[in-house]
Amino acid sequence: MSWRRFWQRKRRDDDLAREIESYLAHESDLRASQGLSAEDAAWAAQRKLGNRTTVKEKVWEMNSLSFIESVWQDLRYAARMLRMNPGFFAVATISLALGIGANTAIFQLLDAVRLRMLPVENPQELVELKIADNEHCCNGNFSGRRNNFTLAQWEQIQAHQQAFLNAFAWGDKRFNLTQSGEAHFAEGLWVSGDYFKTLGVAPLLGRLIERSDDVRGCASGGAVISYAFWQRHFAGDAAVLGKTLLLDGHRVEVMGVTPASFSGVEVGHNFDVALPVCSELVFDGKEAHSLQRHHWWLAIIGRLKPDWTLSRAMAQVKTISPAVFENTVPESYRPDQVKYYREYKLTATPAGTGTSSLRQDYETPLLLLLGIAGLVLLIACANLANLTLARASVREREMAIRLAIGAARGRLIRQLLSESLLLTLCGSILGILLAELLCRYMVTFLTTEDNPIFLALTPDWRMLGFTAAVAILTCLLFGLTPALRAARTQPAGAMKSAGRGITASRERFSLRRVLVVGQVALSLVLLAASLLFVRSLRNLTTLDAGLRQDGLLMMGVDISRLQYSNERRAALYRILLEEVRATPGVDAAGTASIVPLSGDGWNDNFDIPGVVSKDHMLAWFSSISEGYFQTMETALVAGRDFNQHDTTSAPEVAIVNREFCRKFLAGANPIGRQIRMLTGPGEAEHQYQIVGLMKNAKYQSLREDTKPVVFVAENQRKEPGQGTTILVRSRTSFGALSAGLKVAAEKTDPEMSIEFLAFRKQVHDSLLRDRLMATLSSFFGFLAAALAMVGLYGVISYMVARRRGEIGIRIALGATRGGVMRLILTEAGWLLAAGLTIGTILALTSGKAAETLLFGLKPTDPLTITMAVLLLATVALVASLIPALRAARTEPVAALREE
Amino acid sequence: MLQGTLDMLILRTVLLGPAHGHTIAHAIEHTSDEVLQVEHGSLYPALHRLEDRGLIAAFWGTSENNRKAKYYRITPAGRRHLVNERSRWDELVSAVARVLGPAVE
Repeated sequence: MSWRRFWQRKRRDDDLAREIESYLAHESDLRASQGLSAEDAAWAAQRKLGNRTTVKEKVWEMNSLSFIESVWQDLRYAARMLRMNPGFFAVATISLALGIGANTAIFQLLDAVRLRMLPVENPQELVELKIADNEHCCNGNFSGRRNNFTLAQWEQIQAHQQAFLNAFAWGDKRFNLTQSGEAHFAEGLWVSGDYFKTLGVAPLLGRLIERSDDVRGCASGGAVISYAFWQRHFAGDAAVLGKTLLLDGHRVEVMGVTPASFSGVEVGHNFDVALPVCSELVFDGKEAHSLQRHHWWLAIIGRLKPDWTLSRAMAQVKTISPAVFENTVPESYRPDQVKYYREYKLTATPAGTGTSSLRQDYETPLLLLLGIAGLVLLIACANLANLTLARASVREREMAIRLAIGAARGRLIRQLLSESLLLTLCGSILGILLAELLCRYMVTFLTTEDNPIFLALTPDWRMLGFTAAVAILTCLLFGLTPALRAARTQPAGAMKSAGRGITASRERFSLRRVLVVGQVALSLVLLAASLLFVRSLRNLTTLDAGLRQDGLLMMGVDISRLQYSNERRAALYRILLEEVRATPGVDAAGTASIVPLSGDGWNDNFDIPGVVSKDHMLAWFSSISEGYFQTMETALVAGRDFNQHDTTSAPEVAIVNREFCRKFLAGANPIGRQIRMLTGPGEAEHQYQIVGLMKNAKYQSLREDTKPVVFVAENQRKEPGQGTTILVRSRTSFGALSAGLKVAAEKTDPEMSIEFLAFRKQVHDSLLRDRLMATLSSFFGFLAAALAMVGLYGVISYMVARRRGEIGIRIALGATRGGVMRLILTEAGWLLAAGLTIGTILALTSGKAAETLLFGLKPTDPLTITMAVLLLATVALVASLIPALRAARTEPVAALREE
Repeated sequence: MLQGTLDMLILRTVLLGPAHGHTIAHAIEHTSDEVLQVEHGSLYPALHRLEDRGLIAAFWGTSENNRKAKYYRITPAGRRHLVNERSRWDELVSAVARVLGPAVE
């Protein structure tokens, strides 16, 4: 066998023909010279040569690649067979495409979120520094998505570390691109001087931030923008360098553009602009994180020195920990906090795949979805195996004849597998296209205005490898058993019975039953899972959060760039709130420093004079205006709301919720009690008198257990924030309302920047993960159920067809139609019952995997499983009713004549 | 005929000079005093196989009676192969002869 000969086969064939002609000519010449007539000589020559065709065939075979050719033959034959059965082909291809597509899509997301290396130089050398887990870590003010370190700590680490060739710190920040009015945002990064150098990123245009750009006390300096932002904001203008950007009201020059391949180190979040860490001080002024040792806002990544291992780096950063923390103790910490702080230890983890908050949020759901998609594919395989078995029994005679005239069994198996291979191939190609769509759909699903997600979803070798592996496994799963069985056909037996038997052999039929039982069982598991997620989502959306979520608009106000004094800020918020309340359509309005269900939180330690507690009391706080409770429609149980007399000069007052009373006051009436805040050195002392008691309402998220909450009066704060959120209750449409509110803001101060968000939308966005699980698992659950139904229908129809003769006789002998239907339905009922029993056991035992994702119900929730069982049983009975009716309508004469 | 011996016979024949299939077939018959009768057709697959293995090379030429014929000649690799096969053959023959001993009637 040789490729060279294979490709030259045609020429060689001609060559041989000429050679044989030449032989014959010579031989007849010889015979003629011995005295034979020309004709006799020619015949003699032919005889001497022997069988010419055998010679040619032998040489032809030598020139062929018999294996490849026969595979090609098999594939062509398989294609012809499939063309004859377009129905089978369509069902098979579509179910395979759905199964493979779903698996590929989810794997692709997992790959993008978890496995893919950052597109930078030698990503495997990157290591992220963190503070080792401990229960006392950490206290202070946290901002940004990855708030692992303070600036002081970063400076110490930079000075002491020896494990890294280069290291960098970064933090994230959203910049407002507009001067005033409605805000537009750019995703910003604060990066230290070695950020780009450590990552090995070269500029596309201009230059990138260097060490000399990041020195304490720098001016607002220049910004590096990403390729995507350059395209979007500057339309790819080649003369972008030196142009100014307005970020939170500060003018910043564009100094460079990064290449398109680089989008930051945080998977799922691309950056638009990067500024040196030092300019944070310029932007945030007195409130800058840079000035505060208890503000956590940075993350740190380093590139290991050549021949340093991760464990060596871990040991090194551990040894420098005492020095780092000793020198960075926040001034405001109490002595007990300082003690814990000094004991923090640094540790290191690999960061070659980047960092991501998506990872912790979506790893379990994606793995679970991959499992679910895997089960769907398994069900699809069982379905196809069933269909293939049915086809095989139709082709039994064909197989028997082939075996009888000498076909090798191996060859038959190969030929049948070729059909499966061809189906898998079609299914996979369609599946990959489908995966692309599903993937995009899921990313769009998870993207919100506040949290745009960008994932690199280009197919890579890992994804293609995964798909190929899945496809091959699938092909073997559904193709191998039927092929092996077909090849085991006993020719004599098959020819004799030739489909004329009264019933099919029990043995072959039982495999198909097992497959259907398995399908029903697995689809019950998936259906139960989908119902669990749907009900969990329903629990979350119908939950009484203690406030009314509809008809509530949030108006974010930002005046940070205006540098107003404390008094002016307080006055501005007061006036603005009055203007908002006067806007047509506004029923009530109030401000809150912590918007409920937004994920934000503020907790603090305090004690209550007269109440002994062995531990510090910890509660959650929010600073609100009067009218807040009325706006949220949370009922006041006792006492009073804040009012205009609660000013900075009046004694400080607070309102607590019921949970607070239950937890700290054993349910006693709280009105009149004192709350004393525990403060560190240099912090203002606060003591509040409780004047009101509220009903419980959810604070950070819908999922939380009710928290003890203390509301303090915004009007009593001596240093109002640089921004606030006004919650507006209204019955008019938000479009008209926000137009009116814009006018109100304009009237109050045209310089302020505002943004709107419906409260409902925010809650909706906070339930994305739950919604994703509910939507996708329902899709898969119902797909699985549909596939199982097709399987059951197929088996029962097949059984009815096989027993046609028998049924004919029964009816002829006086069986009623009802009796025949009962016969068939009983058969289906047994299969169903077995499947449902096994499925219930599986569902009960495998539910654990979903436990953490569920809200308000257990994975073994009996009602859910009962619902799934009933649903599946109903559909299954309908599916088997059709063949049962067909059986009952059997005309005995027609059925028996066929015998 | 023993497996592989045909190859050896062909190589031995073309060692004397280039020859075409017809000549080779007759040469083998004649030199063996008509003891070795080859079905002439079966020669061709053997020739093609040897050509594939690079032991002989082929070219089209004109024969003694002025007809087109495909000629084969031995290659250096073919010579080496023949020498090896020859010595193995001799060993085999003498070994078999030793086992059989002197002819007994």
